[in-house]
Amino acid sequence: MSDILTIDDLTVDIGRPLVKGVSLELHPGRIQGLAGESGSGKTLTSLAVLGLLPRNARTGGSIRLGDTEILGLRRRELNRIRGRRIAMVFQDPSSSLHPQLTVGHQLTDHIRTHLGLGRAAARDRAAELLERVNVPSASDALGRYPHQFSGGQRQRIAIAIALACDPDVLLADEPTTALDVTVQAGILQLVRDLATERNLAVLLVTHDLGVMSAVADDVAVMRDGRVVEAADRETLFASPQHEYTRGLLAALPGSRFEGGGA
Amino acid sequence: MSDRIVLDAHDLVVRYPGSPPVVAVDGVSLRISAGETVALVGESGSGKSSVARAVAGIDRPAEGEVRFDGGAVTALGIRRRARELTAIQMVFQDPSTSLNPRRRVGDQVSDGITAARARGLEGSRPEEWFERVGLDTAAVSRFPHQFSGGQKQRIAIARALAARPHLLVADEPISALDASTQTSVAALMRDLVSELGAGMLFISHDLAVVQRIADRTLVMYGGRVMESGDTAAIWAAPRHPYTRALLGAIPKPDGAGRVPVSPTAAERATWTDVPPVED
Repeated sequence: MSDILTIDDLTVDIGRPLVKGVSLELHPGRIQGLAGESGSGKTLTSLAVLGLLPRNARTGGSIRLGDTEILGLRRRELNRIRGRRIAMVFQDPSSSLHPQLTVGHQLTDHIRTHLGLGRAAARDRAAELLERVNVPSASDALGRYPHQFSGGQRQRIAIAIALACDPDVLLADEPTTALDVTVQAGILQLVRDLATERNLAVLLVTHDLGVMSAVADDVAVMRDGRVVEAADRETLFASPQHEYTRGLLAALPGSRFEGGGA
Repeated sequence: MSDRIVLDAHDLVVRYPGSPPVVAVDGVSLRISAGETVALVGESGSGKSSVARAVAGIDRPAEGEVRFDGGAVTALGIRRRARELTAIQMVFQDPSTSLNPRRRVGDQVSDGITAARARGLEGSRPEEWFERVGLDTAAVSRFPHQFSGGQKQRIAIARALAARPHLLVADEPISALDASTQTSVAALMRDLVSELGAGMLFISHDLAVVQRIADRTLVMYGGRVMESGDTAAIWAAPRHPYTRALLGAIPKPDGAGRVPVSPTAAERATWTDVPPVED
């Protein structure tokens, strides 16, 4: 398996060490899950990939996209990668979409910037994307504003925006946490299908091991800035090795380890 | 849990103006005993928040009645709230808008203490409440912006509890928090409320959290309660098709790589035809 994104011994220090040597590999068409509790460093790890860490953060190690080192790139160079080759979807679509710009505007803006398409071509592409993520009456939707959509549809729009420039890597940080479970199921299926059909490498950050179990191919569990366990999905859920992972699973209703474990 | 009923709401109807008017709540009844946590679950738009607002007296229901500690709950007006009704407290979704950004957090918790004293209860100090919600007591002199989202919500909880409520109405109190602190804040609320012997109406779209902390659960769809009963019993054997679809959509941590099925529009259309089930 070739890897498209390689995180190697990543460290992030913001006043104190918060990520302490994390290594992960993302592969095209596969979903890499990253689990862990608040403060475990999972979000910082994904922000480091996008160069979105706070200014006073000091980093070490390496993050490579293909053969290119992207950790510590300057903003101008990063801007050619962000949104183009690496895209991101966040927890709350109502704050990640601009409330005063139409969906069409937000979808075509970076298609035109990154891919150099004309207005009409960009608009056609935007409508196709909305159709792919199952936003109803896609071409009308382009002229509407985010508040005119439900939370689930807004997250579908955010995913369409992320996919607009055919990225190689998609980072999704708690993408379904703000949604109703019935809506979550549809979004998870969409992410799963897109990863497969577009050969997209996905990093899925979530605290929800149910979500992890539904879509991730590989799972890494973080605690206190380190990856304490990493395995393919079946192995991790069938025989968690680390005491911390067993504890997380034991706390969940419906897992085999319910009530037992740490 | 005692058998003393703190909240008894029956046949609530909430309408919002429009043409035609929107019926957000269509005949909902619920009772909460002292020390009991009752959860209201359902998708967005099902009417959960409208029930909460009617119960707390923020909105006046178009029909039905809300009785609290045996007396009627009157809707908030421009006058000061009747003293006995300060025993209903609320915690809202977003602590950054429910706390006053220009006042020290200790002073804001003191407001709750003042409300309790006005009802003839013993006084307390903000530091005690900070300790109870797991915050550093030295932080009372700080301002809201100096705290994280989770800490701010703990302050909002401290303020509500300092008023020594008999009923706490919490509308999505954890959904604005960082995903992995949600469970601990919910568990904290439940523990403190039952310690104080108060009842809690807990609204959340997070079913995993509800399963953990609620004694009873009411499942709402389209403004009506479709199923109600003991939380464990509902989870073990949901009877209404909507409850089955809702619980069936929760992904299971079994490592099988199965995405739960999202209900179709055709299935949705059948739910309202099936009569509600009650225990």
